[in-house]
Amino acid sequence: MTQQSEQRVNQAEDLAVKPGEAFDLPPREAARPVEETERRAQQIIAMGGGDWAEVTARRHAEGDDETMVINMGPQHPSTHGVLRLVLELRGEEVISAQPVVGYLHTGIEKSAEFRPWVQGVTFVTRMDYLSPLFNETAYCLAVEKLLDVGAPPRAQALRVLLMELNRVASHLVWLATTGLELGALSVMLYGFREREEILDILEAVTGLRMNHAWVRPAGVSQDLPDGIEDKIRAFMSDMRGKIDEYETLLTRNPIWLERTKGVGYLTPERLVELGVTGPMLRASGLDFDLRKAEPYCGYEQYDFEVPTATGSDAYARYQVRIAEMRESLKIVEQVLDSLPGGPVMLDDPKIGWPARLALGPDGLGNSPEHVRHIMGESMEALIHHFKMVTGGFKVPAGEVYVSVESPRGELGYHVVSDGGNLPYRVHVRDPSFVNLQAVPDMVTGGLIADVIAALSSVDPVLGGVDR
Amino acid sequence: MSSAEAIQPVLTGLRERFPEAVKEVSGHRGEVTVELRRERLPEVATWLRDHPAARFRHLSDLSGSDYLDREDRLCVDYHLYSFDHNVRLRLKVRVSVEDPHLPSVTSIWPTADWHEREVYDFFGVRFDGHPNLIRILMPEDWRGYPQRKDYPLGGVDVDYIGAHIPPPDTRRYKGGWTST
Repeated sequence: MTQQSEQRVNQAEDLAVKPGEAFDLPPREAARPVEETERRAQQIIAMGGGDWAEVTARRHAEGDDETMVINMGPQHPSTHGVLRLVLELRGEEVISAQPVVGYLHTGIEKSAEFRPWVQGVTFVTRMDYLSPLFNETAYCLAVEKLLDVGAPPRAQALRVLLMELNRVASHLVWLATTGLELGALSVMLYGFREREEILDILEAVTGLRMNHAWVRPAGVSQDLPDGIEDKIRAFMSDMRGKIDEYETLLTRNPIWLERTKGVGYLTPERLVELGVTGPMLRASGLDFDLRKAEPYCGYEQYDFEVPTATGSDAYARYQVRIAEMRESLKIVEQVLDSLPGGPVMLDDPKIGWPARLALGPDGLGNSPEHVRHIMGESMEALIHHFKMVTGGFKVPAGEVYVSVESPRGELGYHVVSDGGNLPYRVHVRDPSFVNLQAVPDMVTGGLIADVIAALSSVDPVLGGVDR
Repeated sequence: MSSAEAIQPVLTGLRERFPEAVKEVSGHRGEVTVELRRERLPEVATWLRDHPAARFRHLSDLSGSDYLDREDRLCVDYHLYSFDHNVRLRLKVRVSVEDPHLPSVTSIWPTADWHEREVYDFFGVRFDGHPNLIRILMPEDWRGYPQRKDYPLGGVDVDYIGAHIPPPDTRRYKGGWTST
């Protein structure tokens, strides 16, 4: 070996990253804090646009030629959907930032009041489209709490299994899009590649890649198909190495460090004030995780850590999310090892409505046995089937608030029943909606280029924000 | 969800400190709800946030609802969480449609900002003292409060600035949108 190539090998060893290792650069000089007098009073900027002349006219009236107001979004590749940020800049420095949301509002909460309880699942799964299974589970847990029933153990374990796979998929999309936005294109390709494998698994289990409507009140709609456990295990052994690969690419990558270290910093106190939860809060050192604080679906049985970091910047959020993917894989493995048997839907004909499906020559459809039973054998079964399909079940009057730990933080459902077969009110506390409020604090006083990094460290999903 | 015992010191403290502000305390499915008179809301909220027995520093959620059959129809629920004691508490305040005013809690929990805008947007509750109470999810020129129970689902004419769009089921395009 020549001396030169030996040197190269040594260098490569130095650069190799141990899994989970954080690499610290000397802290960057803090951005100059914006004086209170420099900061504009919040002005009212409305969603509909068309207010541009007004905004600029106000600037000119104030005799201010130093600053510039620019619109980032709602159609901008780095705003993770249809988010509009109104930025006021002095040179490259951000003086003020105001997020404007609502472009994706579809009235899901209102629509849910006009459909039976079971169909609510189909609505809520479409809110935060990167974590559909969390929406479904939280909604179903709320309905179950109102009914005062619980799903069978196997259904609970299956929910955990798919939720944790979903968490990995969601974090992968975050990693991929953040990589894309900060110029790490390979990470984008890798992230979406692995996510596709998870979506294949979810499709095999639920029938759909997204918007599954698989979790149902009192259970899940279908059991695991044959052979899927081996597929999940194969994917997992693969995935561990893949996460190490991402870390090799990013954790000590000087460009990545420059773009993320010290960017979007917020103190833990401010994060709590702003109601921020999830990886953002944990990246500031507070180990608040609802899976530990208020376990649901049997999370207390599984052995996992709540990863935290102390930087409270975009880099710390990256560290936390990477570590969370590893913890999720740990949980998935434990669920597979300890998967209880039994039914996946509550054995109560008044509530449980198991899917009776069979694979025929023309694809998946109603099972012939079930059709024969209700059409030919039992009038009562037909009446019951008809009532379940058209009217659903009634839920005792009352209200509950149930929250789960989604990939973005506390996903809460405030569900009110008046005793009927339709929800009286379904309100969703979407973590993206709350976390987005932190953006102005994170980017003010920084550079415009850091707005992208700070925003993507929030990981907002506008489908959930606007609902 | 919090056990009913863990919240007892808070409830006792609340009753002692604000006997006239608490209208009703109720429990359902292990969740405790305290119904308050709206005038004392900021004081009670501050006490709940700061008192060592309570320390509800996290406002999880703020949601509105509309109970058509009641006189004070509009209802706002504050879902609080305490990191220190791992308990939850729901505050409930009711106002009428004729006088839908409620003190804002944005100065106590800054996270309430967007939540209050959302409740204003969908239910028309005015939060006095909110820094920027404008619609958040609906277009700013929308008329009415869509999540009130007497507001229909669908079939609503849509007015955008300078354009009128009839409801989808009656909509025909004949070189411009017309209604059948």
